[in-house]
Amino acid sequence: MLRNYILYLFLLPSIILTVIFKYVPMYGSIIAFKNFSPRKGILGSEWVGFEHFQRFLSSPNFYDILMNTLKLSAYGLILGFPVPIILALMLNLVRGAKFKKNIQLIVYAPNFISVVVVAGMLFVFLSPAGIVNALVTTFTGKPIAFMTDPAYFRTVYILSGIWQTAGWSSIIYVATLANVDPQLHDAATIDGASLMKRIFHIDLPALKPVMAVLFILAAGGIMSIGYEKAYLMQTALNTPTSEIIATYVYKVGLQSGDYAYSTAIGLFNSVINVFLLIFVNTVVKKLNEGEGLY
Amino acid sequence: MDIHYTGKDRILLIINYILLGLFVLAILLPLVYVVLSSFLTPNTLITKGFAITSSDWTLTGYAKILSNSAMIRGFFNAIFYSAAFAFATVLFSVFAAYPLAIEELVGKRSIMIFFLITMFFGGGLIPTYLVIKDLGMLNTVWAIILPGSISVFNIILAKTYFQGLPKELFQAASIDGASELSIFFKIVLPLSKPIIFVLALYAFVGQWNSYFDAMIYLDDPKLFPLQLVLRSILIQNQVQPGMIADAMAQAELKKLSEMIKYSAIVISSLPLIVMYPFFQKYFEKGVMVGSIK
Repeated sequence: MLRNYILYLFLLPSIILTVIFKYVPMYGSIIAFKNFSPRKGILGSEWVGFEHFQRFLSSPNFYDILMNTLKLSAYGLILGFPVPIILALMLNLVRGAKFKKNIQLIVYAPNFISVVVVAGMLFVFLSPAGIVNALVTTFTGKPIAFMTDPAYFRTVYILSGIWQTAGWSSIIYVATLANVDPQLHDAATIDGASLMKRIFHIDLPALKPVMAVLFILAAGGIMSIGYEKAYLMQTALNTPTSEIIATYVYKVGLQSGDYAYSTAIGLFNSVINVFLLIFVNTVVKKLNEGEGLY
Repeated sequence: MDIHYTGKDRILLIINYILLGLFVLAILLPLVYVVLSSFLTPNTLITKGFAITSSDWTLTGYAKILSNSAMIRGFFNAIFYSAAFAFATVLFSVFAAYPLAIEELVGKRSIMIFFLITMFFGGGLIPTYLVIKDLGMLNTVWAIILPGSISVFNIILAKTYFQGLPKELFQAASIDGASELSIFFKIVLPLSKPIIFVLALYAFVGQWNSYFDAMIYLDDPKLFPLQLVLRSILIQNQVQPGMIADAMAQAELKKLSEMIKYSAIVISSLPLIVMYPFFQKYFEKGVMVGSIK
């Protein structure tokens, strides 16, 4: 034990930093229940109970913001989750290791482009004078205001998200498929199974455990979608659909300086998140013969 | 392995190649379009689309970007932040992970739980901001480098790697009288180059592409990283003063600013896109190690 004191010294910096940057803010979130004034500090400010939560729940835009958050994530999950799996199955059918590597190299690439650049590209491509609208105008006669019309925010957000991350997310599935015993496929082929049959009866079952875990994780984070991109894509006109809890927390908290109220909204978000994680895990466990995340 | 394909299978394979081809095109076309556009004159871009005659090609967009001090400063700031962040991340992750990889360490479980809790509960935006503010770290590089450099995920990654190293090596060294320190520095670290490299690479790329922390914690434009400068050019449409001569007509200004956008996208993405094929296998390794938990 004493011989090991040096090991505890190794751990010390990380423990100190974790306390400062993770645990102190956790403690600090009690300002959600206080009438926080920076002058009085966290301890000195008086308690107000659930006042901030009630204010948020009864605010006129509460319903819209909540539904925007849920819809954006749910659609993103439903549309985005299967794409990497399909892509991996497709890549698995490619013959020639070199050729396959080259395709992978291309489909992974957008993952290395920043959200700022992706959002920037969306603005240039989808502006009324952009390339996409040049095509749209030839067919329909008038351009579509993709970035300012609330009706298009979700579509653009989700499709560009798939464009950027589907390839990268497929890696784990590709690797799982590479570990499938080729004898299984050989045996099935000898028994006369078609390619389609083998995909459904050998490849997909092999992916099932990974799919379950990734699905739970994705669903658990349903309320904490990539607000960095949502914030970048937000324009004054598309807020009816683009205002989600995370962007609202930023605006209320850091732009308007209403710290306590903003913290309460953030906390509300986290609590729902935890419930979703537990709920999805229970459901997946039932469907997946008792195999869940925990 | 030579699988015999039936006629039906062949059709499926052909459809597969066509769909994959379409997907690859959907990824490539926007990127190719941006790169080509960045070399075209604003007029060509607007009136003709693409052109092949030499008079339509220009490097003006790049010249404007490269002569812009905010952009250049952002570039070097980003290099500094990314390198410092990668260094801090590796340092904290490796030092924390090594003791946790040792079976006999007393209190190992509690310390692990202490770290794991932060994966599921967080203080949120405002409380974290207040801590950084109270520490006097607003508008300093520390706010960018320190808070994010300690991550449970990376600690688990490094711990998993250390646990995979042959135990006999340490035991033998220990019997020979080597101290914990010399075991770590002379045996463990040299064997850990792959994981160190993976952690550093991920941290570097992550920091290079991020803008949100900088937007929250920094006010001084001199400290802005590239992505924040880009945001003002691409999203907020603020073409930096000095990029365009004042006398230029409004219409010209608009055209030129479109062009600057394309060049800015290319320049900012170039470093990662160029280095990425060389590091692809390390990135993949990172994903795989991470998924094992």
